Amino acid sequence: MSLTDAFRQRTAPQLQLGNRFRALPRSAKWSLSALLIVAFYLTPYWPDVPVLGWIINTPGTSFENVLTDQIMMFILVALGLNVVVGFAGLLDLGYVGFYAVGAYTTAVVTSGQFTLPWIAALPLSVIMAMIAGVILGTPTLRLRGDYLAIVTLGFGEIIRITANNSDWLGGPRGISKVPHPPSIGPLKFGVLNAKPYWYLGFTVILVVIFVLTRLEKSRVGRAWAAVREDEDAAELMGVDTFKFKLWAFAIGAAIGGIAGSLYASKVGFINPDNFQLQLSILFLAAVVLGGTGSMYGVIMGGFLVAWIPERFRGFSTRRYFVFGVVLVLVMVFRPQGIIPRRGAAAGIAQKGESDV
Amino acid sequence: MIYRTFWDLTVSGIVLGLIYALVALGYTMVYGVLRLINFAHSEIFMVGTFGVLVSLTKVFGISLFDDGQYPYRSGFVLVAILVGSTVAAMVVSGAGAVVLERTAYRPLRGAGDAYGAVVLAFLTGLIASFLFSDHMMTNLAISAVITGPVSVVYVRIFRRGRQAPRLAFLISAIGSSMAMAEAVATWGPDQRSVYKTPRVLEKKVLVNFLGADVRIDYVIVAIGAILMMTSLLLFVNRTRLGRGIRAVAQDAETARILGVNVNSVILVTFLLGGAMAGGAAMMFTLVYDQTRFNIGFLLGVKSFTAAVLGGIGNIKGALLGGIVLGLAENYGSSIFGGQWKDVIAFVVLLTVLMFRPTGILGESLGKARV
Repeated sequence: MSLTDAFRQRTAPQLQLGNRFRALPRSAKWSLSALLIVAFYLTPYWPDVPVLGWIINTPGTSFENVLTDQIMMFILVALGLNVVVGFAGLLDLGYVGFYAVGAYTTAVVTSGQFTLPWIAALPLSVIMAMIAGVILGTPTLRLRGDYLAIVTLGFGEIIRITANNSDWLGGPRGISKVPHPPSIGPLKFGVLNAKPYWYLGFTVILVVIFVLTRLEKSRVGRAWAAVREDEDAAELMGVDTFKFKLWAFAIGAAIGGIAGSLYASKVGFINPDNFQLQLSILFLAAVVLGGTGSMYGVIMGGFLVAWIPERFRGFSTRRYFVFGVVLVLVMVFRPQGIIPRRGAAAGIAQKGESDV
Repeated sequence: MIYRTFWDLTVSGIVLGLIYALVALGYTMVYGVLRLINFAHSEIFMVGTFGVLVSLTKVFGISLFDDGQYPYRSGFVLVAILVGSTVAAMVVSGAGAVVLERTAYRPLRGAGDAYGAVVLAFLTGLIASFLFSDHMMTNLAISAVITGPVSVVYVRIFRRGRQAPRLAFLISAIGSSMAMAEAVATWGPDQRSVYKTPRVLEKKVLVNFLGADVRIDYVIVAIGAILMMTSLLLFVNRTRLGRGIRAVAQDAETARILGVNVNSVILVTFLLGGAMAGGAAMMFTLVYDQTRFNIGFLLGVKSFTAAVLGGIGNIKGALLGGIVLGLAENYGSSIFGGQWKDVIAFVVLLTVLMFRPTGILGESLGKARV
């Protein structure tokens, strides 16, 4: 047996885990999912569990804050970016722009001239991010893949420079005193206790996962897959490729907007430096590392990209270097990511000469 | 107000444009042969500026200031320093481009070899060592030990010769770009701050052209850029290797069947593009006297814009695109204000891509494909 065969065999058990789950009877599936969901809601308490706690706890920073400020955001953003990159196969390097639009919308409408309640700011942020997605997508989505990448990169920078140069957005100082979400009964959203933010954020993540799974299996999802695999063929088969690409952009942007809005109301202040280009690349790293197009893969990727630098302090100051190299290594040795999309291996083998 | 500074803006815009053009050559040539936006080319330029810095301060031993004065040199010494530093920058950038090609792109084409495997194995070891240690020497030791066995495994995997999809090349490019910039930011002596480079050339005003000062460094940049571009054009059009480059740009598969060694042609293309970026790096430091780890990013995007503007894959187009962009940026920032300077390039890029994606002069090194 050669080494390469050994590699292939080692990847097999992961795939079977998914298959085995799908083979379970319906009741077992439901109860197992419910159990997992409860376990994940209790994530802030994981560091207290004996062995798991030692693995997962972050030295130097409180795990709760890492969970809400980093892991939660990265998972949401990775899910959103996955719609654009993974489902529709469009490389978007300006995703941080939508995140910024969401964060700034929430900040502007809740603090400053306007004092809308938080519950109104969230949908407004989502709508603004979607509008930004459509504004960016309409002129650019006719471009070929690599041109699209560089234009979206420019878009992300334009958003940041605009925020930096606009007084009503606070300029370089940004916006402070963004209010926290209102308390719901015993859940008090304050500075000291981060747990409620996780309950809120994880609920949002669950909703997003639910919506995206439905979307992926719908006509829209099939259209995205067709565009991703071969755009010309999709067009010939009667798929309105431009429309569906624009939808991918808008939905991806909306999720980015939710993440930005949550971030602004958790942290309480934002400035243009929070939305540097490098963040876009880290978002992409999360998607690619986890497995482009695979929902559970990108969640894993988002978690790893956010958590590893906090867990291993040697990483934290060099995280951009590390993830830069990791991007190259993943592309060279495992382009489909840690948890590949189902059927991805077959697709990639044939796609050597295709455009995306 | 605008009128008075018009010629000033024009002169400095052309100089800026020539630097863009030299960097754009790297994008254009790699795009011509590989159909790939080499995102990491900006960092090849950045590495070149640090090559200049090391050459000036370490090789020639020039300090930033001599008794509070700029360390001006003159005559033969000055020429030797300038030529020496240019060569140093070209070597550093060229070598960087070659390592980049072998490590981050070639394995994706299913043609990975031992060189790439060793570099990748070393990087793997380095990252793994961060898990255990914060001490640089320990990290290096760990990765040195790991490199050997891991590279053997990598070579075995390369033998499968799997072709990666287009998206993979782009992501690999982005990753290596970030890794290079961050390596300088992390392990450079001054890390993320601005590095001043010694000003060896006294920037005298040579002539006054309609109220615009034409400084000696501008003239050197202009002459150097034209010289480098002419020799590149001659190389591509007149030599055997140049013919190989044009053949691969037109149709890589047919070129391979007809006996062109595609992989070595690609390597030469990267080397040439890197050398041009090195030249640009020298000129950049000559004019601006400074560098930084992220200096490549914006300049890279703008140079890419210049390449697209002139017609990507087109060497003369890069020159034209560079100058047009340099001028547009200078005029634009005087009209809209300097803080919007960086937005102008992106808007120009978007406009060009929407209305004339093949650029002003059209794509010529390879097939015209939109």
